[in-house]
Amino acid sequence: MNTDLIGSSTKMSVMITEHPELVMLLQRMDIALGFGERSVRDVCARHGVDTDFFILLCNVYSDASYAPREEDVLRISMDGLIPYLRRSHEYYVSKRLTHIQSHLGHIAEQLPQRVAQVFMRFFDDYRREVTAHFSFEENVVFPHITSLQEGQLDTTYHIDTFLQSHENLEDKLGDLLQIVFKYLPEQATGDDAVDVVYDILQLSMDLNRHSLIEEKVMVPYVRHLERSLR
Amino acid sequence: MTRIKVMIVEPSVVITEGLAKVLSEASRIKVLEPVHDATVASERATALRPDVVILNPTLAESPSALLGDYSGPVLALVYQYVEQLRLKRYDAVIDIRESSGTMIDTLIRVAKTVEQGDREATVSYELSKRETDVLIQVAKGLTNKEIADKLNVSPHTVISHRKNIMHKTGIKSVAGLTVYAILNNLIDESFLI
Repeated sequence: MNTDLIGSSTKMSVMITEHPELVMLLQRMDIALGFGERSVRDVCARHGVDTDFFILLCNVYSDASYAPREEDVLRISMDGLIPYLRRSHEYYVSKRLTHIQSHLGHIAEQLPQRVAQVFMRFFDDYRREVTAHFSFEENVVFPHITSLQEGQLDTTYHIDTFLQSHENLEDKLGDLLQIVFKYLPEQATGDDAVDVVYDILQLSMDLNRHSLIEEKVMVPYVRHLERSLR
Repeated sequence: MTRIKVMIVEPSVVITEGLAKVLSEASRIKVLEPVHDATVASERATALRPDVVILNPTLAESPSALLGDYSGPVLALVYQYVEQLRLKRYDAVIDIRESSGTMIDTLIRVAKTVEQGDREATVSYELSKRETDVLIQVAKGLTNKEIADKLNVSPHTVISHRKNIMHKTGIKSVAGLTVYAILNNLIDESFLI
């Protein structure tokens, strides 16, 4: 067992101090701040969140090299999984991307018009692709999981086709970062450019961990359900 | 204009003082504190970071043996007989019997060559002419095969240029490269649908 992993008796405040990025997970599971000296287990119980599920996500999210064993994933209740993923998608699209877009809009105002159009279109295309990817998950993958959970196997979709789709989206966000901090004309590199570089880095990390949750938790779980119903 | 920092490594105080005085006539040259003891030359070069070192070639078999990490140009300071072969290991020779103008010219010429070399080394991070040609075609949406035909090279060459472009710019997607091309005025937006 890796002793660095978060456990149920860890104090919630200690966990957040060591891994501040986990604050994001709290919000997505409707766990309020102000948990005082309570342990992870106690805080989860107060908010009706399954402790083992919460700890699993925290460990995957805070340590990119952590790979939970399949049997550990399978003995944990996954009722919270789809709601968690939906909340994350909503946060990325309505909060982060909207925020980044507004910074980029300010940057574009400093660019010659023809350049500004191409610049903004690059982001619009990226946003459209991310949104399409999320919609696909919500309209195809999640219903597939729900019906599996209800004991029905629909044969039109298999989770094994799910992997790979993330890479392209990560590339584009990386490209945007390179363009903003390396290639914008100097007059367009004020506060907005600096802020947006930071925002993009933060979003890349968040999306990367989100993908890891899907790949290390969702995919093995769904694959198991598919197998057991076949 | 930045001044050329010169470090003289020479045991004779008289020669050092004289040379320092002559070189200091040129406003472009700044003579650093001279080194009389050759055993500390390497340490002093690391600390003072000179642009050019002037070294008495009788002090060492080769300048690199004496100067350690210092990798800039080294001039041989000659006032007695020195084997020609040994002088070949130096970037130039300064003979104390020369006029002050000649000495200064030699020093500035060597320093300039190095400066230019540095500039060329920096340029190599930029895209080469051929890479730029390929980038333009990529940004216009052509496939590797189409680019190969158009530029009269093999598709393999196009792929290798594309790898270099990606490595140098850090941009992986075609859409990203298009933005790069427009920002750098390599293509205009009329190519985009």
